[in-house]
Amino acid sequence: MHAIEKILARASGKDTVTTGEIVKAKVDFAEVNDLYLQTIYSFYEMGGKKVWDKDKLCFVFDHYAPAPTIKSAQIHKEMRQFVQEQGLTHHFDINTGVCHQVMPEAGVVWPGMILVATDSHTTTHGAFGAFGTGVGATDMATIMISGELWFRVPEIIKIEINGQLPEGVMAKDVILYILGKLGADAAVYKAIEFCGSYVESLGVAERMVICNMAVEMGAKTAYMVPNQQVLEYVKARTNRPFDILETDPDFKYAESYIFDISQLSPQVAVPHSVDNVVPIEEAPSVKVDQAFIGACTGGRVEDIKAAADLLRGKKIHPHTRLVVIPASNEVFLEANKLGYVEDLIKAGATFSTPGCGPCLGAHEGVLASGEVCVTASNRNFPGRMGSTGASVYLASPATAAAAALTGHLVDPRTINKGVE
Amino acid sequence: MHNVTGKAFVFGHNIDTDQIYPGRYLELVDPQEIASHCMEGADPTLVQRFTPGDIIVAGRNFGCGSSREHAAITLLHAGVGAVVAESFARIFYRNAINLGITLLVCPEITKEVNEGDILEVNLGEGLVINKTTGKTIKGEKLSDYALEILAHGGIKPLFRKITAQME
Ligand code: SF4
Repeated sequence: MHAIEKILARASGKDTVTTGEIVKAKVDFAEVNDLYLQTIYSFYEMGGKKVWDKDKLCFVFDHYAPAPTIKSAQIHKEMRQFVQEQGLTHHFDINTGVCHQVMPEAGVVWPGMILVATDSHTTTHGAFGAFGTGVGATDMATIMISGELWFRVPEIIKIEINGQLPEGVMAKDVILYILGKLGADAAVYKAIEFCGSYVESLGVAERMVICNMAVEMGAKTAYMVPNQQVLEYVKARTNRPFDILETDPDFKYAESYIFDISQLSPQVAVPHSVDNVVPIEEAPSVKVDQAFIGACTGGRVEDIKAAADLLRGKKIHPHTRLVVIPASNEVFLEANKLGYVEDLIKAGATFSTPGCGPCLGAHEGVLASGEVCVTASNRNFPGRMGSTGASVYLASPATAAAAALTGHLVDPRTINKGVE
Repeated sequence: MHNVTGKAFVFGHNIDTDQIYPGRYLELVDPQEIASHCMEGADPTLVQRFTPGDIIVAGRNFGCGSSREHAAITLLHAGVGAVVAESFARIFYRNAINLGITLLVCPEITKEVNEGDILEVNLGEGLVINKTTGKTIKGEKLSDYALEILAHGGIKPLFRKITAQME
């Protein structure tokens, strides 16, 4: 069996599971974001009274933090009321950040667990060796009642990534490159394991970037064998015991791919699909109205550092905005302590409240029709970040920062780094 | 678990939620009206030819696209007997089972079925019998839990029963 299958088997009280089988598994932690008030209504509609375990369910206010409209304020109000009535142990209000960042920070994510959230990017937590997956409101409401969810045991695809990234190229470029090669439907209803020498060497932030975007290939979940960096991160944040389930040597993957990234250039997904990927050398040198560094893909300290390193001591282009939204308050504090916040503000950046920001076009820097944005976030379909008439280019934080500096989509490796 | 018998309507790969239920009808709430647009994006004549109990056959990745639950709701209201596809998009699969729609993954199905064939779907065994050609086509057996959800007519009725027993 694969580690993913072992996680599902253990959680459903079975010795073995097979591909295609549907199992009923115990969920270790569940999260509802502030788009999904419906979960509470469905919970009551199905006769729910008390949630199955007050320590294992949380709400995260990230898509609308702080509330930009009366309607979203009402959602927050009803959710807060539910959190208080149910006495939930964990609650992440508007002062915390994006769910996929604040949960690992709070120590509710660990190797071998099952994490379910009302968000497709829950694949992110494969970075920790967790089984993370997204569901809709009805499914979540059944978890809130029973603590269990039915799963179809997925086919598993192996993506091996080897080599060492050249200077100026980031994890985001790696996953964009793979998306471009395999396509947006490469892993529909399947799971992806990322492995190889590159993956083994990665820190927590970069692993999260890659697993985050696995869902853009349709994947149900992503998985990486936890490495030393992950174990240190998790142990520093949780006291709960966990173990790492290992894939049997005779396990047969549904498909396997091998990539070498030693010669990779920065990559760009040009409008309007995530798999429309070209190397920066072939990308059009379009004029850029806004650069965005943030979201659950590109808002970590490492991402903000890449921008600060590029922009330190410089000024962004007068016709371009640079919106920076740290993925969490913890990230914000760390970036501040390291001086990156000051570097970027002096360069002309606009900082906003940790959360999703304009990633899904709700607030904090949405785009007008005809505008062009280069973004470190994860989706570029029409209307994702505001007007359906806007054009969104997905790229690394370094490429986004270079666009802010020059006012054009350019190769970040052509920019001289700022003074230390 | 009872078997389902009906006439087959055959579709290709990647039938997305917009083809199953075009976005411009998302505001409709009347079940009859929702049913009247079933599969309209893929075949506008389907609803006239379709009788409750008939079976949708499709290739890979049926139900891809947005997570809209309407795609499953329209099939439910149209009275679809079963959807048999080579594979399903994940969110559609979950939504449909949760609503009590019979689904079967059957990797060879489009090779073995022509439009208008009479099919019998044997859920318990995970098989499709093509009564027109006499062939038996093997699919993936549904789990006991999925069968339990289907037997209750969906996950909400099942959970109402469970929560009533919790009292
Ligand atoms: S940052 Fe964007 S992708 Fe991530 S959870 Fe928020 S809206 Fe979704």
